[in-house]
Amino acid sequence: MANATRELSTPIRGAGQGAFSRLFNRQRGESGRPVWMEKPGPLMSVAKALTLLIIVIIMLFPMAYVLGISFSSQADAARGGIVLWPQNPTLDAYRAILGGGVVSRALQVSFGLTLFGTAAQMFFTATMAYGLSRMTVIGAKPVLYVVLGAMIFSPGMIPSYLLVKELGLINTYPSLIIPGLISAWNLIIVRNFFMNIPRELVDAARIDGANDAQVFTQIILPLSKAVLAVVALFYGVAIWNSFFNAILYLNDTAKWPIQLVLRQYVLQGTNLASAEGLQSGAAPPPAETIKMAIVVIATVPILVVYPFLQKYFTKGVLTGSIKG
Amino acid sequence: MSAKGTTPASIQGSGQGGTSKWQQIVQDRWMYLFMAPGLIYFLLFVYFPLAGNVIAFKNYSPFIGIQASPWVGWANFERLFTDPNFKQALVNTLQIETLQLIFAFPAPLMLALLLNSLISESVKRSIQSIVYLPYFLSWVIVIALWQQVFGGAGVINQPLRDAGLDPISIMDNPGFFKYLVVLQSMWKEIGWGTIIFLAALTKIDMQLYEAAAMDGANGRRRLLDVTLPGIRGIVILLLILRMGSMFSTGFEQYFLQRGAVGPAAAEVLDTLVYTLGFQSGQWSFGAAVGLVRGIVAAILILGANWLAKKFGEEGLL
Repeated sequence: MANATRELSTPIRGAGQGAFSRLFNRQRGESGRPVWMEKPGPLMSVAKALTLLIIVIIMLFPMAYVLGISFSSQADAARGGIVLWPQNPTLDAYRAILGGGVVSRALQVSFGLTLFGTAAQMFFTATMAYGLSRMTVIGAKPVLYVVLGAMIFSPGMIPSYLLVKELGLINTYPSLIIPGLISAWNLIIVRNFFMNIPRELVDAARIDGANDAQVFTQIILPLSKAVLAVVALFYGVAIWNSFFNAILYLNDTAKWPIQLVLRQYVLQGTNLASAEGLQSGAAPPPAETIKMAIVVIATVPILVVYPFLQKYFTKGVLTGSIKG
Repeated sequence: MSAKGTTPASIQGSGQGGTSKWQQIVQDRWMYLFMAPGLIYFLLFVYFPLAGNVIAFKNYSPFIGIQASPWVGWANFERLFTDPNFKQALVNTLQIETLQLIFAFPAPLMLALLLNSLISESVKRSIQSIVYLPYFLSWVIVIALWQQVFGGAGVINQPLRDAGLDPISIMDNPGFFKYLVVLQSMWKEIGWGTIIFLAALTKIDMQLYEAAAMDGANGRRRLLDVTLPGIRGIVILLLILRMGSMFSTGFEQYFLQRGAVGPAAAEVLDTLVYTLGFQSGQWSFGAAVGLVRGIVAAILILGANWLAKKFGEEGLL
């Protein structure tokens, strides 16, 4: 299994340099096209370009549109139609939601949950992954099967809820983190990576008198920064995006994370102005621009980490889809 | 320790009995300490609630607890055969998953093939970045975006209304809902599959193409004889994953839109468990639905995995 991962990821990481690419370039003609490849007809080229253009528009348009509305003035948004570039750009909507109140609080909750949740998840995932990285340890195999079993069987919504309730975690923030503390998939990704670290490095440290804990913190972890970053990003994005567990476990609306607030005000159209916490006084901007500003605000953290997600995705995604 | 101890000890371990085995366990004590918290987590939060499914065989009442609730045998499972809501949810789930398999599964493959045929690396990479982005957005945001474009006051309907025409019902049309969710899934997830397929495509040896071209294979033949066989393994792997989720279409996408189109169109097995347990207090029947769903899903994963291995592929487990 470790071999499969290595085989898969190496050529991709290596693409662009090395023998693979040299071979590739040698075969290329003037236009960068391999000499043996037929030039597509003009009709084919146009069809391809058009298809890709349409796909790009379909993917980007909703986001651009929502962004445009969120910066529009009340009057412009109410007029409707396609607003990609606001005519009278204004930050009113953002001022309204970020000036304290429901959305600000939900953002704080989500940031806190994501930060602490990801830290806890990484700690328990990395330690267990290292514990399972040496199969000569007596008893490691059955524990590995326990993890693999968790990939196939899920306990179901109702028994999980009853357990959380039984543990007295209802309406607490830990209820949003602990039931999903370790993802078996992420654990296997990290474990596979640890297993690919050359044994010689570990053995040398052992001869120098290091114990397993020292090997873990001083050799394994520093060599695994890339995979740990990928997994941390996966965990963090999942916590930021989750809303279903908050629906199950939180009854107190004051504790809601941003996704739940988003659903309440944007999808269900509850009037934000009448909601508690929004400053009264100045006339609130129209619901439309506020709604879209909430959508944008909830998306920004994802956009911030997206370049990193992208940088590591092939590695992470591929390792994840390879058997444990 | 491991350099001179662990490996030999594990080889001799079984033959030599107690002491060397014990020595090895002591040597590896840190490893057990590392494993322990995770193991406790999996046992407590995955396997223990798995056992909590016994309430499917009881008439569970939250007021008296699992222990004291009376046993009812298979009654909740027998009810599955007659319950119209379950039948509706089952049919919806299977219909949607079939549509997903037909439309959403091949879409990223097609896009990957199209991108792979491009010469310019930078165009390829930019398009990948754009199509992969929605994968990381939450369902709440995705549906909010779609609502904004296709909803009653959206980009399409507002101009229609302004022009005095009837708006088209897209987001709240029960008849169209199954296609809508497939389109939404495609929009959100096409990038993920595309990346995986593209990675597999770049792995195919260029010399194979060159050799095929020299033997007179045209583009279509090279696609059929070099490209597709080259990515067979990853296609089968993803198909296994898809099969495994046949019975679990997911929760959030349906839960969020159930109100707009009604349960007849949008109730799937996952949302039915929620509706039964959390809205109408039928905990035991809900757990029975969840248990059946979980068992069938496990059988599907293992079956698809077995089938893949039978065809000489790597499989998932």
